[in-house]
Amino acid sequence: MKTEKVILEVKNLKKYFRVDSRRVLKAVDDVSFQIYEGETLGIVGESGCGKTTCGRTCIGVYDKTDGQVLYRGQDVHQMNKVQKKEFTKQVQMIFQDPYSSLDPRKKVHDIIAEGMRIHHLVDSGAQEVEEVQKLLLQVGLNAEHASRYVHEFSGGQRQRIGIARALAVNPEFLLCDEPISALDVSVQAQIVNLLVRLQKERGLTSMFIAHDLSMVKHISDRVGVMYLGNMVELAASRELYRNPLHPYTQALLSAIPIPNPEIEKNRKQIHLAGEIPSPMNPPKGCHFCNRCSRAKDRCRMEAPVLREVEPQHYVACHLQ
Amino acid sequence: MGKILEIKDLRVSYHTYAGEVQSVRGISFQVEEGETIAIVGESGCGKSVTAKTVMGLISTPPGEIKSGSQVLYFGENILEQSEKEWERYRGAKCSMIFQDALTSLNPTMNIGKQIMENILNHAKVTKEEARRQAVEMLELVKIPDPALCLKKYPHELSGGMRQRVMIAIALSGRPKILIADEPTTALDVTIQAQIIDLMKDIQKKLGTTIILITHDLGVVAGIADKVVVMYSGKIMEKGDLNQIFYGHRHPYTWALLNAAPSLELENKQQLVSIEGTPPDLIDPPVGCPFAARCRYCMNICTEAEPPEYVMSAEGCRGQEERGSREEHRTACWLYHPDSRYQDIEFDKEAGI
Repeated sequence: MKTEKVILEVKNLKKYFRVDSRRVLKAVDDVSFQIYEGETLGIVGESGCGKTTCGRTCIGVYDKTDGQVLYRGQDVHQMNKVQKKEFTKQVQMIFQDPYSSLDPRKKVHDIIAEGMRIHHLVDSGAQEVEEVQKLLLQVGLNAEHASRYVHEFSGGQRQRIGIARALAVNPEFLLCDEPISALDVSVQAQIVNLLVRLQKERGLTSMFIAHDLSMVKHISDRVGVMYLGNMVELAASRELYRNPLHPYTQALLSAIPIPNPEIEKNRKQIHLAGEIPSPMNPPKGCHFCNRCSRAKDRCRMEAPVLREVEPQHYVACHLQ
Repeated sequence: MGKILEIKDLRVSYHTYAGEVQSVRGISFQVEEGETIAIVGESGCGKSVTAKTVMGLISTPPGEIKSGSQVLYFGENILEQSEKEWERYRGAKCSMIFQDALTSLNPTMNIGKQIMENILNHAKVTKEEARRQAVEMLELVKIPDPALCLKKYPHELSGGMRQRVMIAIALSGRPKILIADEPTTALDVTIQAQIIDLMKDIQKKLGTTIILITHDLGVVAGIADKVVVMYSGKIMEKGDLNQIFYGHRHPYTWALLNAAPSLELENKQQLVSIEGTPPDLIDPPVGCPFAARCRYCMNICTEAEPPEYVMSAEGCRGQEERGSREEHRTACWLYHPDSRYQDIEFDKEAGI
């Protein structure tokens, strides 16, 4: 954390999806956190935990159901047209699937330049070409790639194009939604190194959503763990991995396979019985109670709230 | 333990509009009975094609298994089997589970029917007996309430449960070999841990030989006895688990192991990235396929294909001797007897 200035503040955010007349899916249920300027906040959780919905609601892609998201003090969901346009210039997103997130009918140049045109960041065509080329070089592609179409590129290259597109409008906040999970291991490392470098160079703030815990730890300053729409633990990334306090975080960390046979052999894994319950019908009380080996009666009755148990280490668990 | 499977100089191509894609380009390895062998590599390296060949699932055309290729099952070349023999082989001698359980299961049939189908195909048993065996299989893969599960359809089950059902179907013919093609890639970590444990448990109980195909070295570390590292249709390095993880000698293996961030690593430290992308297999490069991305590339690497060198603790021990036991082998010019780099230590900043 370079500064303590809050850039994005999420207060009791809720996002429900109406499935049919009777059922409601509570994808994000009362989540609060802050992102400080210049930091990377990682969000991890298994599929269906609401991490993507949470990210998208935070930057106004989805309407909220309740709660508030403040970006530099401004409510993201109550902006007028002018404010919204400025907001979309400040906040950009990188998507998971490098295949479906780029328009196949456009040349790379147009994909990257579109944002600049919309926000009138360039005065002339020549300047536009120059800017696009600069971006391409920054993300590790060649200038001549600008005149090609997306299908001519590999997955890793496409993800680089996606990053160049996001950076084209000079944003200060990046939402990275599983930017590397569709890529091969060796290419993942390229993209992660690139993201870390660009972030340092441009002083970006970012929210990094992924299910790969070791990657999230690597790239984030702080990490939040989500389970069934709730934030169950939030701490500095080193602290979280060294001293996980929530039983779910502990189980999640112990389940990561480690590419080291000696460690694998001698390690005690915490086994979670069963699977994530349907978010349409989560258990009463603490959502994790039916898989938690230490659940008490209180856990089944009353939902725990996220509170600070150690300095800057937040946990939502009755046992702490 | 005897040799259960031996693959010799396997070459598989696919004929496409763009040309002949040489997916597998001359690989050899052997599998001992009762062990778990992991084939590791990035997408497009030919690991799944190898597995499909062993299962007899290469459709020709567009596929073509080149003449001279041999897949020996207990000494018998199964590539020369008739379709009838293949049918007796698949499911009863060798079975396969796939990455995506939802698309691999039949959505129109309930689980019970799908398991019983396989049992009835391979053994002369009554329907009642087949049903009893199906329940037994579901118990084996630790599905709670197996009798109820028999009546369910695939879409009613969660991802982890579907993968368990797949394993149950695959094992219902009591095969000697189970090929698992990325069995946990589509699953969450906690479920992945459950499935890996289940596979270990089954191996202990039934003594099944497992061929695990994956790109996740963490999974490999937890389950495999032997590892084969593939890259663009060729074997780069093969050896037992400890040799590959602690004594790897191929730059590609090293890079692959260091590309994933480990939990011990300092935050935001630079990862070992392998620059560039794998070569196009329609027109594969002369020489070592990894040469273009290798920090340790020498002149010879782009000109001639490296032979497999047998590695020993003291360094290299000269070229392959025919008929020798399978050992730690590396296909890399660094270990040519005249090479100056035989004791090279790989490092992030280093190179030749």
